[in-house]
Amino acid sequence: MEPTPEEGTAAGTDAVDAATGTPPPRPDRSGEVRADSDLAPPLSGETYFAPGPDGEPAGLVAETSEGSQELTRRGTTGAGELRREVGAVLRLPEGVVVDPSNIDVEQSDDNTMIINMGPQHPSTHGVLRLMFELDGETVLRTKPVIGYLHTGMEKTAEELTYVQGSTNVTRMDYLSPLHNELVLSLAVEALLGVEMPPRSDWIRMLLTELNRVSSHLMWMATNGMDLGSTSMMIYGFREREMILAFFEKTTGLRMNHNFIRPGGTAADLPDGWEDDVTVICDTVLPRTDEYDELLTGQPVFRQRTESIGTISAEEALALSLTGPILRSTGVPWDLRRSMPYLRYDEVDFDVIVGTYGDNFDRYSVRLNEIRESIRIIRQIVEKMPAGDYRVQDKKVTPPPRARIDESMEALIHHFKVFTEGFKVPEGEVYVAIESPRGELGCYLVADGSSKAYRMHIRGPSFVNLQGLPLMMRGGLVADAVAVCSSVDPVMGEVDR
Amino acid sequence: MGLEDLEHNFLTGRLEDLVKWARTYSMWPATFGLACCAIEMMSVGAADFDLARFGMEVFRASPRQADLMIVAGRVSQKMAPVLRQVYDQMMEPKWVLSMGVCASTGGMFNNYAIVQGVDQIVPVDVYAPGCPPTPETLMHAILTLHEKVRTADITERRQGGRPGQAEIRGGHIRSNEQGADTEDARTASEEETSGWTPERPDAVHLGTPRRNPVIARSVGEPL
Amino acid sequence: MTTAVQPTPAPAGGSDSGGASSRAPGRPVQEVVHPTRAQYLAEVGRFRSNGFEMCADLCAVDYLTHPDRRLPDGVPHERFEVVVNLLSLSAARRVRLRVQVPESDPVVPSLFDLYPGVEAMEREAFDLFGIVFDGHPDLTRILMPEDWEGHPLRKDYGVGRVPVQFKGAPGPR
Repeated sequence: MEPTPEEGTAAGTDAVDAATGTPPPRPDRSGEVRADSDLAPPLSGETYFAPGPDGEPAGLVAETSEGSQELTRRGTTGAGELRREVGAVLRLPEGVVVDPSNIDVEQSDDNTMIINMGPQHPSTHGVLRLMFELDGETVLRTKPVIGYLHTGMEKTAEELTYVQGSTNVTRMDYLSPLHNELVLSLAVEALLGVEMPPRSDWIRMLLTELNRVSSHLMWMATNGMDLGSTSMMIYGFREREMILAFFEKTTGLRMNHNFIRPGGTAADLPDGWEDDVTVICDTVLPRTDEYDELLTGQPVFRQRTESIGTISAEEALALSLTGPILRSTGVPWDLRRSMPYLRYDEVDFDVIVGTYGDNFDRYSVRLNEIRESIRIIRQIVEKMPAGDYRVQDKKVTPPPRARIDESMEALIHHFKVFTEGFKVPEGEVYVAIESPRGELGCYLVADGSSKAYRMHIRGPSFVNLQGLPLMMRGGLVADAVAVCSSVDPVMGEVDR
Repeated sequence: MGLEDLEHNFLTGRLEDLVKWARTYSMWPATFGLACCAIEMMSVGAADFDLARFGMEVFRASPRQADLMIVAGRVSQKMAPVLRQVYDQMMEPKWVLSMGVCASTGGMFNNYAIVQGVDQIVPVDVYAPGCPPTPETLMHAILTLHEKVRTADITERRQGGRPGQAEIRGGHIRSNEQGADTEDARTASEEETSGWTPERPDAVHLGTPRRNPVIARSVGEPL
Repeated sequence: MTTAVQPTPAPAGGSDSGGASSRAPGRPVQEVVHPTRAQYLAEVGRFRSNGFEMCADLCAVDYLTHPDRRLPDGVPHERFEVVVNLLSLSAARRVRLRVQVPESDPVVPSLFDLYPGVEAMEREAFDLFGIVFDGHPDLTRILMPEDWEGHPLRKDYGVGRVPVQFKGAPGPR
């Protein structure tokens, strides 16, 4: 089933409805014009309907200090205008320091105050700093300030060989480290021009889908906690531990695995992995239904997430948002379906699409993506082929450890690969995959040596954070916390 | 007038033990999760590696209410002043646990963006290595810190010297009036030690079981 | 459309240098375009009106230590390059634009009016490379502290290694 925009939306709505119950009917606000004057303190305050020139239909006009201004529907405003005039983004220098001896105690004219949330804050999902311009408790403009976790990974990547590259990249999005490794490996393999053996593709798919499940479970845990459900936090970690135990068995580490490397994976799957994975699937699926029951029908949760942080599809596309945020607005864009990589065209899964683009839709998109990922994992267990787990190109892959004792050539190759690294021919490539947060891309420039010349990672959370000001506008501060949580930023890949 | 002013005699000895016991078993951590280590820290607080059995599951967001700052993750140049500010806001007695190699030494990121070791900014009591440290390692580090609190002198201040290192004499940790925050204290110590490895790291002395003679001997410590 | 597995670039045709994963069938090779600075905004506008709804990525590259990279004939070799990746959801296609930016005058028009989503990306390119985007609403540092001097990802900016015991000499730069 190829979802076209129309079909996809309908199917998506069905998927959302069937799984999580019918949402309450929305009031029809299609005819309403939302004017900025509703939210910001009005400059002069008078708005009225006036017939346009040449007998055009009546439009909403506001009297401003610079004359009358015609107010158009948000949907018809151009994207650039939107960003500038709606003024959701607070453009203030970050280092604004208030001199304590010089605070003006009297009320300012516009009754707004600028407060700061973070970077050390329990609810900002890492070191994100949000500067709010508030009118009482209503958020007017926001400025997300980032850079508190800037690690210089792109600079470090120029110092490391390609074999070492995945140790660096894996620590970017630390909730789904295998995706980072995968995108770098795909980029390097594209430049190398090697053909990957099928088993390595399937192993990578298995690990990244498990990582998607664990990342979404982690998101549900932290989102639940941000909305007040501490038990959800503990439940989310419970399943995650099972998946991390499988990762530890396979890759050796619970996190930051450095397992998916250019040329394949570091090692084969352990014996008995089918049983382990089946147990994980069989446990996670019914528990996901439990969490569904815990949260979806709960009135407090619904009230805190429905129609909060709404964003439309046009706004999301203009702001380059991808992943669950874009899908929750109704756009059925999933790179696994639309631009498949690995073997995603050989497995059967649905693209989960929302309708309204609010917090609740993002929650249900992620919840159902867990179910879809489990479905994919079960298919992988059935379809996993036998064969090599890494490409058998002597110049790229180190030889098996046992052969080092026997063959001098194998020893030399091992030494060369791990000290000097393999050389990648000159070229540049951009590869993108679907990480749990959106489109994770790697732009790699190689100059023929064994170290990357330039590696740029397009972090989905870095771009998704641009949607925050628009989503938070007009809401309350408490909703700002919920919105930030539903965008699911991981500061490691925001700041790199 | 605080505990520091009391004379140390057999009457106040029991009181000190009580205070140290209380400090150990209700040490509340401040949330300072920065990067990947924060996820492991959350795992330690979750059900599988329960931190609540040590009385520490309440991660206080406000540094005023916290005793222990677990610096979990890499500290970037932009974050360093924030770290110091949060540390300054904590009330005495306070401890710092540097979790992970990035916090301890800068880790694998030896570059312009990462502070090479959080002990350049705040005095550290226990270093937990790992990338990220598994929850067991973190718990061992926390228990080492508990051990240190329980067996140390009640009026211990970190010795004016390398932050985080207290001088050990005859099995009883002595204290030094001078805090570790002063500039001259730090420079004075750098001449004494080699500059790279501590003479007697606390964690080795207190936390590691004495079964392995190789380790103990390599740091010059008698068995 | 099958993709050829070619490690060597094809500069004249402007396709992806280095084949995309040879295994994935139907995965299109990305088109690469080299507009000049003057044509840049118009080219992007043209792509936008031809169905490229989203700007996936905008980054910069410093070719100081690799000045003789392969470029199509007629494209001057400058120190910096701004690389823009556009995505068409309706056609499931990508296109990449590479604009040469000279070191003496590192100014490029901003794409903010066409794609507001490049705001953060252009700020990052400014912060790490020093390329000024003309028309950007708020061109300030985003990753480094505001009072930082220098542009870290330039090739003449050192990594900033601290000498570490057992690792001998400091790093290569």
